[in-house]
Amino acid sequence: MTTKNVRVKIDEMKTNSGLIKNLELSVGKLVQDNYNEPMGPTPMPSMTTLRDWDMKLLNKYKPFYMPDCDLCCLCTFGKCDFTAGKRGACGLDIATQSSRIVMLACAIGSACHSAHSRHLVHSLIEKYGRNFRLDVGGMNTKVEAPVTRLVTGIKPETLGDLDDVLTYVEEQITQVLAVGHTGQEGCNLDFESKAMHVGMIDHVGMEVGDIAQISALGYPKSDPEAPLVKLGIASVDRTKPVIMCIGHNVMPSVGIIDYAKEHKVDEQIEVVGLCCTSHDMTRYYTRARIVGPISWELRFVRAGLADVVVLDEQCIRTDIYEEAAKVNAPVIAASEKNCMGFKNRTNDPADEIVSDLVSGKVQGVLILDPEKVGEVAVRVAQKVAPIRKRKNVLPSIEELQQIAKTCRQCNQCQRNCPQDYNIPAALKAAAQGDMSLLTDLYETCIGCGRCEEACPQKIMVHSLIVKAGEKAMYAENNLCRSGRGQVSDVEIRNVGSPIVLGEIPGIVAIVGCSNYPKGGKDVYDIAREFASRRYIVALSGCSAMSAGSYRNSEGKTIYEEFPGGFEAGGVLNVGSCVANSHIAGAAIKVANIFAKRPLRGNYEEIADYIHNRLGAVGLAWGAYSQKAAAIGAGFWRLGVPVIVGPHGVKYRRMLMGREDKPENWEVLDARTGNTVNVGPAPEHLFTVAETKEECMVAIAKLCIRPNDTWKGRSIKLSHYVDLSKRYLGVMPNDLHLFVRTMADVPMTMKDEFETILKANNWKETIIPDPTMLPRMVRKMKE
Amino acid sequence: MSCEPWQCAEIASTKKATPIQKPEVAVAMIKRAQRPLLIVGSNATMRYMEGKPLIDYMIDFANASKVPVVATAHMVGEFIKRGYHPASFMGAMDIGQRLVDPTWQGIDGKGHPDLVLFVGLPYYMESLMLSGMKHFAPDLKTMTLDNLFHVHATFSFPNASLEEWAANLKVMTQKLKDGGN
Repeated sequence: MTTKNVRVKIDEMKTNSGLIKNLELSVGKLVQDNYNEPMGPTPMPSMTTLRDWDMKLLNKYKPFYMPDCDLCCLCTFGKCDFTAGKRGACGLDIATQSSRIVMLACAIGSACHSAHSRHLVHSLIEKYGRNFRLDVGGMNTKVEAPVTRLVTGIKPETLGDLDDVLTYVEEQITQVLAVGHTGQEGCNLDFESKAMHVGMIDHVGMEVGDIAQISALGYPKSDPEAPLVKLGIASVDRTKPVIMCIGHNVMPSVGIIDYAKEHKVDEQIEVVGLCCTSHDMTRYYTRARIVGPISWELRFVRAGLADVVVLDEQCIRTDIYEEAAKVNAPVIAASEKNCMGFKNRTNDPADEIVSDLVSGKVQGVLILDPEKVGEVAVRVAQKVAPIRKRKNVLPSIEELQQIAKTCRQCNQCQRNCPQDYNIPAALKAAAQGDMSLLTDLYETCIGCGRCEEACPQKIMVHSLIVKAGEKAMYAENNLCRSGRGQVSDVEIRNVGSPIVLGEIPGIVAIVGCSNYPKGGKDVYDIAREFASRRYIVALSGCSAMSAGSYRNSEGKTIYEEFPGGFEAGGVLNVGSCVANSHIAGAAIKVANIFAKRPLRGNYEEIADYIHNRLGAVGLAWGAYSQKAAAIGAGFWRLGVPVIVGPHGVKYRRMLMGREDKPENWEVLDARTGNTVNVGPAPEHLFTVAETKEECMVAIAKLCIRPNDTWKGRSIKLSHYVDLSKRYLGVMPNDLHLFVRTMADVPMTMKDEFETILKANNWKETIIPDPTMLPRMVRKMKE
Repeated sequence: MSCEPWQCAEIASTKKATPIQKPEVAVAMIKRAQRPLLIVGSNATMRYMEGKPLIDYMIDFANASKVPVVATAHMVGEFIKRGYHPASFMGAMDIGQRLVDPTWQGIDGKGHPDLVLFVGLPYYMESLMLSGMKHFAPDLKTMTLDNLFHVHATFSFPNASLEEWAANLKVMTQKLKDGGN
């Protein structure tokens, strides 16, 4: 697609019909459209265009609210108390208020990704021009932007086209944010619908950002064999100056890497990253290192490993500059979104900024030019490293023991620990010289530091934990596959049929942050379990790092053990947060490329297809952020179920089906128009798993779809039963709901199934061509 | 014993749990309930008192009280390993969602529970589930058997030591075995 602004101005023109003076004609855009697919029914949907679809989903998956707060304090009528059925001054009740908060969280998350993408697109257009052509996978990937095409009807070809897509995205986010104002929406289901809308928009925003950076920055393009990159604190060469970048926006890191390469010092320094920015750094430059997820920030800084800290945007600790100050590490804030109170030095000469930071005259600066960030960061790191000499704030083991003795066992640390870890017991043991409990905490601590904030003795609990875990910390040397970007069209063609027919039992997308209940090992275990069972496992973000942080009995990381393709038993890392859109994109591509469903502006039909046929499940085991909420909401609208870990309960609303209510599970058979009960497949759209064991079983169950062939259903049921026996210790108690004909029953489990089916008065039913959209019925029942 | 939320930020506004100062009071309420239900979460095998896991105490309690048990997470297998068969098992969210539905007829299909006892879920999960009950199942009474004060429950034991907790559970079990006397 190309667009042009047209403006015609006529000062004076004589014509046969008269004199024209001062005519000014302006056309916003002339669109030259090279997209030859006919436009579908819902291009660029507004907040209500897909409301009917949302209501179908919300009727099936009803909200279950668990309010995280009884009050509302968003306007000056408040605080309003919603308990005991009371309404607030604006008229909202606790259900509408809860759904309003869900919607606002999704809007914040969506705004965050889209603002990130906007910055990327602006920066890349400035550098490469609007006409720079997009290329996310060469000849193997002709559907370069499935989410964007589906939602907007635009087929982006250049960076400039992405600019137009973002204009639509930004308008929608603004509209949804407006709904959060007092005195707007009054129905919880409408808030939920809008949450789904802004979640869908989020995936467009994410896709725009990632295809822009893949194209312009030369990232791996749909490459199953994207390079393996180093992961973990021990992979960092601590004899060299270390620049630590935190956040999600790669542009400052690109500035650093380019400067270092240009000045031939890239081998003399270490550029490392935390959180998603590290994924994108390694997609750009394979010598960069991934330190670990967001929760590693404090441990890395306090251990004195960073000589310069560069902050871009999202998920950074907002007090990290105070932490950096304790170890004499200068800070460069590099994003308008978090200026950290530093003076804007963007237009100052680099020499002056370097001098001020090295001398300690200033602790931090704001620099909004990524190239200048690059120069300053590299030069400062080189000068500061020999002065700092890895200054850290970790105590010696002897000091640790003495500090632990000052603990009064008041339990405040435990009571403020999100995980409720028994820190007092660990301190008590440490005071007696036994560090084992503190060392155990190192493995599972999420590094939030709330224990320290609560301690009346001002014990730096987290530092003690890091010290006790120091040996483990310096052994963290693993591998992560660099973010590969999209799933190629060729891969979709290869697996479309076995996925839709159920022979590949499912796609498990393990995404999101690191607010894990018991450390990152759970993520590794879940990913490995399903890859071994030949599900497709797609990872992103902090989860992709956690999955790479462990090794099997042969010493291989998960990325070495399993192939990186979108295939049975494949374990692929799509990339950073914004690359989550490629997982949704893969689902959309199956509907479009394999099933030949029209893509352009055809959201409902594609979502209906995905929901009823594609056994995909999202898992955000450590989800913590509003961005994760938005990503989830985008999957909900596509009909893809999402599971979160136990902390996900704090999103305060689940979307759940009821397997004991048969009326919930009716679909239309597109062949006949008959209503067919297909059972709870999938049972939920959004739910929590309390433990890893429950999660394993829930994933297998939520991969079941109405359209499974008998062979596919049989494979899925065998995994469901096997996982249930293994992790729950029992046969599932709902198998009769998933058997349509006896051919669905796994051969080796026939006797067990027959007993269950008999006990539940099971009756055979048909396998329909399922749809929730009456217009998809080919022959309506007379 | 403190009656502040164990996890300090899990506060409530105007409707807060009534503290249970004596196990005998809890026993009386359980005896009075027509259709009590006990939900046991994943910490049942993680939390120990006097060298014994919580799940062992709950098996004794369930046997004595005859209150049907719903095991969440992977606790069903842990119960069965110990020779006790819970009345049902399902995810915590699944049972929570059913409890806020006034038309749900309980796990035996004979009527909605009138008193639900919670124990052994991760504190923050249990807290939010109780909040869900408080707001959306106003006629349902909830009680926690943990040693951690839950402000969103209808009735909760105060924060207590493991020793006090074990003593409370043993007293309740004995009283229920004795028919509540």
